This record gives sequence, structure tokens and C-alpha cells, in this order.
Amino acid sequence: MPKDTGIGAAKKRREDVRFLTGAGNYTDDINVRGQAYVHFLRSDVAHAKINGIDTSAAAAMPGVVRIFTGADFTGVGGLPCGWQVTDRHGVPMQEPPHPILAQGKVRHVGDPIAAVVADTYEQARDAAEAIVLDLEELPAVVNMGAALKDGATKVHDDLTSNLCYDWVLGQTDDAAVQAAFDAAAHVTTLELTNQRLVANPMEPRVAVAEYSRGTEDYTLYTTSQNPHVIRLLMCAFVLGLPEHKVRVVAPDVGGGFGTKIFHYAEEAFVTFAAKACNRPVKWTASRSEAFMSDAQGRDHVTKIELALDADNNFVALRTNTMANMGAYLSTFSSSVPTWLHGTLMAGNYRTPVIQVNVKAVFTNTVPVDAYRGAGRPEATYQLERVIDKAARELGVDPIKLRRQNFITEFPYDTPVALTYDTGDYNGTMDKLEVAADIVGFAARRAESEKRGKLRGLGVNCYIEACGIAPSNIVGMLGARAGLYDAATVRVNATGSISVMVGAHSHGQGHETAFPQVVAEMIGIDESMVEIVHGDTSKIPFGMGTYGSRSLAVCGSAMVRATEKIINKAKKIAAHLMEASDTDIELKDGRFTVAGTDKSVAWGDVTLTAYVPHNFPLTEIEPGLEETAFYDPANFTYPAGAYACEVEVDPETGKVTVERFAAADDFGNIINPMIVDGQVHGGIGQGIGQALLESCVYDENGQLLTGSYMDYAMPRADDVPFYAVDHSSQTPCTHNPLGVKGCGEAGAIGSPPAVVNAVIDALHSGGMTHVAHIDMPVSPSRVWSAMQG
Amino acid sequence: MPQVSMTVNGKATSGTVEGRTLLSGYLRDHLGLTGTHVGCDTSQCGACVVHVNGAAVKSCAILALEADGADVATIEGQANADGSLNVIQQAFQDHHGLQCGFCTPGMVMSAAALLKENPKPTERDVREYLEGNICRCTGYHNIVKAIMAASGQDVTAIAAE
Ligand code: FES
Ligand code: FES
Repeated sequence: MPKDTGIGAAKKRREDVRFLTGAGNYTDDINVRGQAYVHFLRSDVAHAKINGIDTSAAAAMPGVVRIFTGADFTGVGGLPCGWQVTDRHGVPMQEPPHPILAQGKVRHVGDPIAAVVADTYEQARDAAEAIVLDLEELPAVVNMGAALKDGATKVHDDLTSNLCYDWVLGQTDDAAVQAAFDAAAHVTTLELTNQRLVANPMEPRVAVAEYSRGTEDYTLYTTSQNPHVIRLLMCAFVLGLPEHKVRVVAPDVGGGFGTKIFHYAEEAFVTFAAKACNRPVKWTASRSEAFMSDAQGRDHVTKIELALDADNNFVALRTNTMANMGAYLSTFSSSVPTWLHGTLMAGNYRTPVIQVNVKAVFTNTVPVDAYRGAGRPEATYQLERVIDKAARELGVDPIKLRRQNFITEFPYDTPVALTYDTGDYNGTMDKLEVAADIVGFAARRAESEKRGKLRGLGVNCYIEACGIAPSNIVGMLGARAGLYDAATVRVNATGSISVMVGAHSHGQGHETAFPQVVAEMIGIDESMVEIVHGDTSKIPFGMGTYGSRSLAVCGSAMVRATEKIINKAKKIAAHLMEASDTDIELKDGRFTVAGTDKSVAWGDVTLTAYVPHNFPLTEIEPGLEETAFYDPANFTYPAGAYACEVEVDPETGKVTVERFAAADDFGNIINPMIVDGQVHGGIGQGIGQALLESCVYDENGQLLTGSYMDYAMPRADDVPFYAVDHSSQTPCTHNPLGVKGCGEAGAIGSPPAVVNAVIDALHSGGMTHVAHIDMPVSPSRVWSAMQG
Repeated sequence: MPQVSMTVNGKATSGTVEGRTLLSGYLRDHLGLTGTHVGCDTSQCGACVVHVNGAAVKSCAILALEADGADVATIEGQANADGSLNVIQQAFQDHHGLQCGFCTPGMVMSAAALLKENPKPTERDVREYLEGNICRCTGYHNIVKAIMAASGQDVTAIAAE
């Protein structure tokens, strides 16, 4: 029986009402009395020396308050990188400065050069056009291979080269890896690109800041997934402000997908300018600006080699990847191709020898950082593509080859630094075979062929490491932050509850799902529990929402805090009923003395906590409010199996996704409706990557895909309905809810399924020469591949 | 600067705008009706869809002055008179047709226009009609389902209940 309340119930979302009636409160909806507007003058070339910036004419334009350039920020820190990666020789990565406004040079199209603050946005924009720039254009490095050549133009003159780091994970002894390959019966090699994407949350970034001269307090409203992280980075590293004088608010946020994790120049700028101009300052990105200033995603070029023995067991895996960092190191950029990518190369399989090599490269392009899945889609894509290619070369069934190599015993220590706590990959694959109706495929293919179409089936698995992360471990690996989370449970006198959480909801439905947990633990109605998030002045602390961590990490903190509440409430109840607190049971919102009919209601206890006339004041304090910080013991490991069916039009090369099925193991599930939705959204983005999306620069570093005219976003008619199943559940063994996280799975698991399906379709049509087509698998690429 | 007046959600409004002020800007900045969202600058995303004289229009694609004298409806005016969600809004909630909510006002306004001209749309009809509305969160599954449900069709057989 599906539950209609508490953990496991498909509760409709309470936040929907405001969004459906136009009553949401997004950052651009916030206007502060007396605000001025800033427009950033951005570089329209990829690489240039700034010989001069003449703002005199612009400064005289109507409405202009002040014009800022890099010179105004010489005493201010740059944007920090939050993860120091150490290379294969133990040397820290090259870490160039990342100024708020360009200093001396511009390094990518969109690099901000000057900022015009004016009474209206139009005036700011008009005045920016009157700024006279003297830019001396330099050759741009765009291609990673070219950037690493001796004598290549350097993106940063002060660095020794464009190599940020050269990193290795797993078996570091090259000879040992080579020996495993030499002894193998079969080696499959694949070279592929995981193309650059733009995250494109539908709400562009916005920042509004105000400064109070009276109290010397700052308030920054910003489109962020993690307001506390922004406050910390901005105060400690950029502007040198006292943290306790800065409030950062991230109200309703219109999607993030990773790109709203990072601390951006514009946030620091408006905060700085609000004081400098003694006026609130607002910035709203246009979509065109978002394309050249939001951190972008993916952009890996990889060679992967898989060695198998004569029985088709995987015996060794070696990868060589170049990862594009863009022109500067965005907040978590350095961790994505390393600790979020290399560590996942074991996938769901027993491969005893793995070596992952990654070179991170600076180029004259927009910085690259985490985008939904962050490193794990790149790992999954190459691994699941090479396995599919191996199956084809060996003439074995791709599902069977995967099953044969699955990890089946847990906990499992991978050769690439992780310990999977639990999973059931065969069980999940069983679910997929049903959800995808694999047995019905042959009939569907025959039907497609009758219509002159080629039909292909692509299957793959994925695993991801979520719930980032044990702070001591990530600290050893170079993270410059802890990755716990925090929650405060504040019980009011009348029994209603406010839960202040460090996680931030920007589509994930925390306001609905989190109360389901607290309400179930206490046995009260969910409507009595309210979630408060996104405001550093209201919540204790929080590392925010990304990496599918909200429930696994912040939810765990919330459970711990609620447990503390229950313990204290039991003491109060025991006092009221003159019993021992060890005899008190809490069920359905009533405290009873075990084995008696004595009971008091939740509301009686909460009222007593705040009106402590009859209260054990010598033992406990009045009030009922508890905070917990939760630092996870391990990552969580959601895993699954996905299947895609495509039709390919042999005349045009056009690919249509006809069916898509996903079977995921997310451990325990709090709200299945929300989980379904998260998977749907991820699949939509994954199909987008596989078939449509690509961020393209020309050889001069010009961004060719700077708007929705050129960057193909998936639309409703590009995707089918999806069949999703998460009944395969092996609960996480180390967090109190047994949850694993579901936010990124769809985007991680779906691209290889689509590409595997396209290759399958072409092979079914006799085009067995086609081993691979890079994403996006556009009609022209398919057509060219078909021609051989 | 020119004067503009129009009826918005049944109320008379007027204001002084620049010639270049877009209808979306008039609604958001002059009237404070911030439910109409702006997600792009190339008239591609549909977050800004409103009804002008009954037709779905991208409010970022017309000037406020072009709507002078028009009858405009926005997301703020869609709920039933008693404040409860209308059929389309309710279907979006029932079928989890929104996540971050940013595309949602435009989706609801487009859906209303679709159902007016095609009261029982097929899946294909819905998907094709939504060409001009981008959602980055939902993968469209539940949006299509919600709109079909709002049209009174039984959607229980659709995959992934
Ligand atoms: S804001 Fe109007 S279509 Fe994007
Ligand atoms: S719900 Fe976020 S863009 Fe559609």
C-alpha cells in the first residue's frame, strides 16, 4: 500500500502553489529602494592585452553613478578555487589569479573589463557603449592539444605553461598497467569527446546588494545553490569583510544544475559597489551574458582502453583525458576531472587494474566547472561506451558482458580510492529489462524497419558517488572546505516546527520532502513542519545543494537534530508524568509511559518547554531547539541501468528517441513523485547532451553558440515519456535515512544509452564500420558516419 | 516619455514607459507582476508568455506600447476567484509538472492557450505546441502529462506513474 503521509509518500509539493500563481520570489523579483543598476562591459575577444580604458565620455552620460575597472580592485582578492589538486609528482596545481574585473589582460569572450553603475539599467548599458577600449589582440588558445604544445601562447603569462596539473589515480606504475594489457586476450580502445555544455538553468544569474552605513551590514541577494559558501568565500578570500556583517540570501532560485554553486565576480562586485556607491546595486544577467559568464560544463577529450581476458573478464582499464578548465579556475573546477571523475572509473565492475590520467588545461574560453553530475557523467560515458564497443568486437551480448563483470560483493574497495558500501547491480538490471521491455525490442525493430527506419537499443549502467563528503577525506585530497551540513530544528511553543537547513532547494522540493521525515519521526502532521533555507541570517550554517547531497547529508543532520529534540521532549514528558525518561515512548505525536495508559500530547510538552512552570529546570534548559552538524562517513553510491531505443532515419541521419527506461537504486526514498521528477529532468538533459547540445568556440575563441538560436536546448518534442523504476533498493549503510541521492543520476546514466542505441541502429542496418560517433549525435554526424 | 495603458488581469493600468520598454518589463517593473519571467533575450524560452487579447504572446517580444489598450492576462490572474488553483494549475501540481518553477508561468499560460484551441490534445500535439517553451528541470514528462490531464484525459497509463 503506498503511504499517503510521512516517509515514502508521494506528497504533492507545497511550494508549487506559489510558483503556479506567480507568487514565487526569485532574485530578480527583489528590488531594494534606491537601487542602481550595473552593466558589465565584457570582452568581445578571447585574448587581449588591455592598453587602456577611457571612461571619461561614459562617465558624463546621463544617470551614471560610477564606473569601475580593474584598477578599483587592486587591493582586493581574486575569486578563489576551492580545491587544490596535487599532480602525479606531488606538486600543487598551477593556480592563476582570477580578478573580479580584468587586470591587464582579458582571457575569454565575456571576461568583464569594466562595470558601469547607473540610475537605470538602460543608462548603464548606454554608457558602457561609450567606454573606449584599447585592446591589443593576442592569439587565442582554444584547442587543448594545441594549448599543451611547447611554445603555445600562454593564457596566463605568469604560469610555466597552460597545464594546470597532470594527475594520476589508481595503479601509478605504468609498467604494471602495461603488463596487464600485454597479458590480455583482447583490448578495446576508444577515443571520444565529452563535449562542452552550458548548464542553462532557466533563471539567469542575478545579484542585488545593499549596504547599511548605520550598521555597516551588507545584504547580498543572489541566485545561489549555497549562500553560506558564497558568504565564506566572498568575505574571507575576496573582499575581506567580516562574515558576521554580511548576510547572503538565496531566495527562490530558478534551477542551478551546478552552475549556481560557484562564487562569481558579479556577486562580489555588487557587494563591493553597494558600499562604494553608497547605494544598493543590482545586476541581472541577460541570457547572452549567461552564455559567456556562467561556468560551463564537461569538455573532456579522452582515450580509454579496456583489456579483457579470454573469458571476457575485465582485467585492466587505462584512460588518458584532457580536461578543459577554461581561462580561470572556477570554484570547484579542479576537483571535477579528478576526484569526481577518476574515482568513478571502476563503474559497476570488477576491474583489478585501473589507471586514470588527467591533464587539466587552460584555454581562452569561459571557465568550466561542475554541471549536473560533474565528472561522473564523463566517467560513465567513456566506460559504458568502451564496454559496448568491446561487446560488439567480441560478439557478445552487451548486457551479459556487463552482468559477468558486475561487482557483487559489498563493501567493495575499488582500485580508484572508493569503498562502495552496498548495491545490487544484477537486481537493478533485472528491473531495467522489465521496465524497458527488452524482450519486445525485436518486434519493435521489425516494425521500424517496415517503415524504412533503423532501430537501435542501447543499454548501460552507471554508478555515482554522492553525498559529498567525509570532510577529513576530502581535506586530504585538497578540498579547502568541509563538506558536512547542518540543520536546526526549532519547535515552537504551540508545537509547530521550523527546520533551518543548510541545503538549498531550487527545484528539488525540499520544502515538501524534508517535513515528511520530521513529521514521521515525531508522528505529527507534515503541515506542522516548515523548512527554512537560503538565508545565512536564519540558518545555522550549510554547505548547500549539489552533488545529490541534500537528503544524504543535510537530511541526516536534520534527523540528528530531531533525535535530540525527541530526547529532550521525552525528558519533559517524563517529568510531567512523573516517570523515568527511559520509559517514555513517542508515537503518533503522543508520549506514553510504557506499559501504562498515561500519556501527554506533543503540544503539551512543547508548551511546557516554553512555559516551564512544571519543568525539570535543574536538569535541562527550557526551550526546545536543537542543532546538529552531520559529517558523512562515506560517499553514497546510487547506481542504475538505463536503456534507450532510437530510430535513425537512414535518409537524413536524424535520430529520434522512441523509448527510454531507467532503473535506479537510490536506497530508501522519501517522496517517490519527486524522485521520479528528478530522474526525468536528468534524462532530459542527458538526451540533450547526446543529441543536441554543444557549446562551440571557433579557432579565435569566439563563442559561436551564445544564445538559444545556436545552442540547441532539448524541447518537449525532442524527448519521449520515460519509464522509471526505483524499486531496486539497497539502503545506504552509513546514514540514518538509508538514502543515496537522486539528483544527478538521470544526467549521468542517459548519454551513453542514447549513443549506444544509435550505434546499434547503424549496425543493424549493416553499417558495421561505425564504431563511434561523438556527441551531439546530430543528423550531419550520423549521415557522415554512415557514408564511411 | 510615452504613456501606455492596458487592462491587466481585469484591472485598468497605465504608466510612463520608454519607447524600448518591453511588455515583460512593463508587467514586471512598472506593475510589480513578477510572475512573468524573463529567461532569454532572443524570444526563445517562453518563460514570459502572457495572453494579449486572448492569444498567447511572448511578452519579451513585443513593446509595451504595442499592447496599448489591450486586454492582458498574466499568471497572477489565473487562479479561480476563490484563490484556489485553476484546472491547469492544479494538474501541474497533481502531476509534478514543475520543479524550480521558473518556466512554469509561461508553461501554464501556453497550456491555457493550447487547450482553448485544442481541448483534447494528443501527446504529440502538446509536445509540438510547447516548442516555444523551454523547461530545464522536468524533462517535460510531467508537463505533458499535466496538460493532458488538465484536458480531462486519463493519463494513468503513461509510463512511470
Ligand atoms: S523571455 Fe521571452 S521568450 Fe525568453
Ligand atoms: S521547472 Fe525549472 S525550468 Fe521548468
